[in-house]
Amino acid sequence: MPTLPNQEEKVTLDTFLRGLWEENPVFVMLLGMCPVLAVTNSVRNALAMGLATTFVLLASGTLVSLLRKLIPKQVRIAAYIVIIATFVTIVDYTIQAISLDLYNALGAFIQLIVVNCIILGRAEAYASKQRLGATLVNGLGMGIGFTFALLCLGAVRELLGNGTLLGLQVFSDQFQPWVVMILPPGGFFVLGAWLLLFAWLRQRRERRLLEQQGASVHGR
Amino acid sequence: MSSEAQVQQAPVTPSFAMLRTLGSIATLSGLLVVLVYHFTLPIIAENQRIAIEKAIFQVVPGAVSRKDFIAVGDRLLPADSEGAQGERIYAAYAADGRLRGVALQAAAQGYQDVIKVLYGYGPECQCIIGMKVLKMAETPGLGDKIASDPGFLRNFEALDAQVDAGGAGLAHPIVTVKHGAKTEPWQIDAISGATVSSKAIGRMLNASAQHLIPLIQRDLALLQHSN
Ligand SMILES: Cc1cc2nc3c(=O)[nH]c(=O)nc-3n(C[C@H](O)[C@H](O)[C@H](O)COP(=O)(O)O)c2cc1C
Repeated sequence: MPTLPNQEEKVTLDTFLRGLWEENPVFVMLLGMCPVLAVTNSVRNALAMGLATTFVLLASGTLVSLLRKLIPKQVRIAAYIVIIATFVTIVDYTIQAISLDLYNALGAFIQLIVVNCIILGRAEAYASKQRLGATLVNGLGMGIGFTFALLCLGAVRELLGNGTLLGLQVFSDQFQPWVVMILPPGGFFVLGAWLLLFAWLRQRRERRLLEQQGASVHGR
Repeated sequence: MSSEAQVQQAPVTPSFAMLRTLGSIATLSGLLVVLVYHFTLPIIAENQRIAIEKAIFQVVPGAVSRKDFIAVGDRLLPADSEGAQGERIYAAYAADGRLRGVALQAAAQGYQDVIKVLYGYGPECQCIIGMKVLKMAETPGLGDKIASDPGFLRNFEALDAQVDAGGAGLAHPIVTVKHGAKTEPWQIDAISGATVSSKAIGRMLNASAQHLIPLIQRDLALLQHSN
């Protein structure tokens, strides 16, 4: 269950780690599925999208948090969208300046960061109520959690679909790539497999916890 | 601020406050975007120049500099001449200033979407001497091999593009044939399993070459030297 703190939170390790595991935006909250499926056909694209989203998350979180006392409730969504769109435009130009190849590979999905619900969700549920420090720590955790999830998909899809990792040959030439992995259906397959794995891991951990509690009760 | 004051204020936010906040945020946003735009503009323009030159020098092997021309109707004009609007072509020169070839753009509908390529024409052999895919959305693993398959790219090392006796078109139209069926130097050997994409390349090269190569052959003197 995602926590939506209404009081100012003290920065703890949990503030950071929540986005990585307990509230992982992709594997737990199932947010931002559009880039998750669309640009994870290679590790490079996944990493670039993850970093770009993390930057927007941090930059927009900073402004929203700093201005949180000044933005009237009635116009807050409009204000957040303008702030987010500003930083997405900045990322767009920056990626064009860094590498046109990368920019072409990511296509329209850079601009679509504007409507990534992870970012608006963080602005609304967290940054608008929290101090700058907590916002940055939490946003960084979410950003890394998102990037990690994209890399999980990107690595599997590039490996199986192309026989490479980060463009480096992994399998011998004998390997016949599973082209479907690079195509959109492959995104769904791999996402499904990861969700299954994460659900299984979570369940196992909960069962262990229950057993331990049971054991300690009996032991007493 | 006491909590009582907050309770009383909370329900009514003056319209002015909303306008002021949104206005200031929009202004700040505009400022940031324009700032970054101006800062990155020269870098992006330079990246684009490098990208196009890299492609030109790849399809015209041995070239190190370029000059742009525009095909207007059935004439070639230097790109910097006034009011010249039309298809841009790139004359590419070796280090000694001699014309190595001309890079031309072509496009046609592929399997998924329009494919755009740049190809090089060598006036010495009167043939196509290189081809590079600039933009495509062909299926990975199938159609996208047109950009990387070494066997397919070998088609464009010396693809016959002689102008016919009348000087109005090619002597032999460029065509794509089934994989393994190439017998003539003006035929393109298709990639097996990606015949649709391979045929698109043949169609676009033929359409572009039929129109532009006769112009280039006729105005060769204009293109001949880099200065
Ligand atoms: C999902 C899917 C995607 C395809 N993508 C392409 C493509 O991008 N380019 C292409 O030429 N053929 C593509 N094909 C195959 C064509 O339909 C056609 O079978 C092929 O070009 C014929 O080649 P062949 O005559 O050498 O067998 C695709 C087929 C399927 C089912």
